[in-house]
Amino acid sequence: MKTQQYDLVVIGGGPAGMAAAVSAYDQGVRSIVILERDKQLGGILNQCIHNGFGLHHFKEELSGPEYAERYIKDVRARDIEVRLESMVLDLNSERIIQLVSPSHGFELIEAKAVILAMGSRERARGGIGTPGTRPAGVLTAGAAQRYVNLEGQRVGENIVILGSGDIGLIMARRLSLEGCKVHACVEIMSEPGGLARNIVQCLQDFDIPLLLSHTVTRIEGKKRIEAVHIAKVDMQMRPIPGTERRVACDTLLLSVGLIPENELSRAAGVELDNRTKGPQVFENLQTSVPGVFACGNVLHIHDLVDHVSDESARAGRAAAAYLSKQTDTAGGDLIALEAGRGLRYTVPQRLHLRPDLEKLDIFFRVTHTAEEQKIIVESGGKQIALFRRVHVAPGEMEKITLPAKVLAEIQPGAKLSLRLEAAL
Amino acid sequence: MKELICIVCPRGCHLKVDENDDYKVTGHRCARGVLYGYQEMTAPTRVVTSTVVLENAGEERCPVRTSQAVPKAKMFEVIDIVRKLKISAPVSLGQVLVPDIAGSGADLIATRSFSGTGN
Repeated sequence: MKTQQYDLVVIGGGPAGMAAAVSAYDQGVRSIVILERDKQLGGILNQCIHNGFGLHHFKEELSGPEYAERYIKDVRARDIEVRLESMVLDLNSERIIQLVSPSHGFELIEAKAVILAMGSRERARGGIGTPGTRPAGVLTAGAAQRYVNLEGQRVGENIVILGSGDIGLIMARRLSLEGCKVHACVEIMSEPGGLARNIVQCLQDFDIPLLLSHTVTRIEGKKRIEAVHIAKVDMQMRPIPGTERRVACDTLLLSVGLIPENELSRAAGVELDNRTKGPQVFENLQTSVPGVFACGNVLHIHDLVDHVSDESARAGRAAAAYLSKQTDTAGGDLIALEAGRGLRYTVPQRLHLRPDLEKLDIFFRVTHTAEEQKIIVESGGKQIALFRRVHVAPGEMEKITLPAKVLAEIQPGAKLSLRLEAAL
Repeated sequence: MKELICIVCPRGCHLKVDENDDYKVTGHRCARGVLYGYQEMTAPTRVVTSTVVLENAGEERCPVRTSQAVPKAKMFEVIDIVRKLKISAPVSLGQVLVPDIAGSGADLIATRSFSGTGN
């Protein structure tokens, strides 16, 4: 079998893959292919028919398909090859890709550079271990979104939602508008997972109770789900005996988090971060495998597609720079970033401190909701930068940018650490 | 005094609106919060998004939305019209499917293009 050659292979044709391919092309890369397993480009945006996308990027409030279509046009306007219904089976550290599709069967592709843009998957019932029977009618919020918005199916009439992630909230509104009865949104934590605006316009607008510090303790039903049992939980998130009540329903939607989809990254020997569940990357979004870059939800879970597009454009530029030099763009002192008190993680996880590095964007999430905070950046025990925030929450990704003059103060060999502190 | 969470941006400010003092807004962090607080108390509006039955495209549904926010009280009236609608490809993004839907002043528009080459 003849191995096909490309300069750049982008795995995934969602918002991340499209933005990465477009920016690499605009930087001069001419041999690019996007490999997409679905029948169309756009990824999850196609089923996100609600509005609220693009406020940062396009300064307009668009629906998911509208946002996707702008990028699809950008891809089509360039000489970027797109292979649909093409499933990548394997990627190795030599950047050789095994691909299968109905039109071409099995193929081998060798890439000089690869951008990982596979997105994420929803955590399912097995991931949270809810006890009870295993009837039909228990599905993830995103699966329900696909059935309703793309296939025009009805998922049920009497709905309970477990988890208060944004997709679950969006589906609570969608199903209410479709005439279903959403009985409750049940959240084990003491604060909602989704954005405050979605609590208002998706739950409160339709008088759907949000039960915080509650969980589903049992699923009942033989063929089809018939009821869930809901109980209050204590500080350790254990159900409190005597608080349990039965709520009859025919559908339980799970909105309990997204997990970056990194089977291919793992196969290629890419080092993963067990906090983000995505690859560990340098400041240019290159993974531990030279020539392999990552962006979008495969790297870390984003709240806004606008940020995915920006990050992916950076990955595209970095891949183009790597290809033009045909060498590792890295060099300079290797510095590890440390997520200190109040931070769950940072992206990137490490950087090469090169003299030509103009600025450094650092993305992170905080561990808890707080008002009036400062983010302190330290190197070798010395504070080198300070950022203030009126409000921080785990559900909202944070970003800081260190300018060149701050980067010049980083101590070689020392960690670059970030922490959160109350601003008094 | 009515307490509201501002939905203009992801920050979600906790607003207080005084209906006895000309809907005076406090707790906001930007001017858009003042406008939202006033509107939400006097004439709340929402953009409505849904799908309509689509023929001749090889796909089942075309996503749609109102071209601007409609009075909250008209949301279900808009949805009732949307539910009865059936369209056929080709459809272009932004195409007006129902002008001035439910007398709301907003048009119902398609939010995705379909070429009409499907079965």
